[in-house]
Amino acid sequence: MGGVIDVQKDLAGRTLVVVSEFEAPAEHVWELWRDPRKLERWWGPPGYPATFTTYELEPGGAVAYYMTGPEGQRYHGWWTVTAVDAPTGISFLDGFANEDGSRNDDLPTTEGRVEITPRADGGSRMTITSVYPTTEAMQQVLDMGMEQGITMAIGQMDGLLAELA
Amino acid sequence: MVVDQLTSTEADRIFHALADATRRDILVQTGPGSEQSVSALARRYPISVTAVQKHVGVLQDAGLVTKARRGREQIVRIDTQALHTARLLLDQLEGLWRARMAQFGQVLGEQTKGDL
Repeated sequence: MGGVIDVQKDLAGRTLVVVSEFEAPAEHVWELWRDPRKLERWWGPPGYPATFTTYELEPGGAVAYYMTGPEGQRYHGWWTVTAVDAPTGISFLDGFANEDGSRNDDLPTTEGRVEITPRADGGSRMTITSVYPTTEAMQQVLDMGMEQGITMAIGQMDGLLAELA
Repeated sequence: MVVDQLTSTEADRIFHALADATRRDILVQTGPGSEQSVSALARRYPISVTAVQKHVGVLQDAGLVTKARRGREQIVRIDTQALHTARLLLDQLEGLWRARMAQFGQVLGEQTKGDL
């Protein structure tokens, strides 16, 4: 098991870095990216399982997927894989797709970078960097998340804001 | 505060304002309980009073600071609410990734050597 150990936010650079550590070795962590059947078990939010219909894990490779909501509604997305360095890294552009699965180029894309490094004790560390090119991109990702009912509780946000005041 | 209330234009102004090192430092200098006059800020940086005024103007447009006249001085103060708004987007994206990583850990835990 394991989980998130650090989160860094760069407001000006619109960048979010999420660092996780796991007891499992790097090769096992890599499997959850390499095998689309495993990837789809965690990529979609709870209650919104993902189904990957195309998965070309190679530079320039195309990835297509959709998430299925509780009412059966589908939310489509795509990636373009920009770099693969098995079993330690993958980079990709992550965008939205239309209802028929075709790319929606009107909506912004997020740049994702994954780095998996072995730890001396046999475990591993995974660093996921997301760069949102515009505010709109951040908003779009969140809007999609809101539709899927995975927003943070408003009360939790209020608490956070109170803490910052 | 709900993030929908922040328009793209408003948010873009905030991120544009934050993209400059001098403006970020002005925010630090004018933080809660430590207001600064424009002339005091100008002494701090190797730039003219006019240039400082411009930076303060950008921060004002983004709603990040307020400026008030006190005697002959112009006093700059941080408006913390706007900074919170900028953080809110990233805070929510963090929530999304934390939910995803919780599932990642679960799938990883169930993965047995036989699967590999």
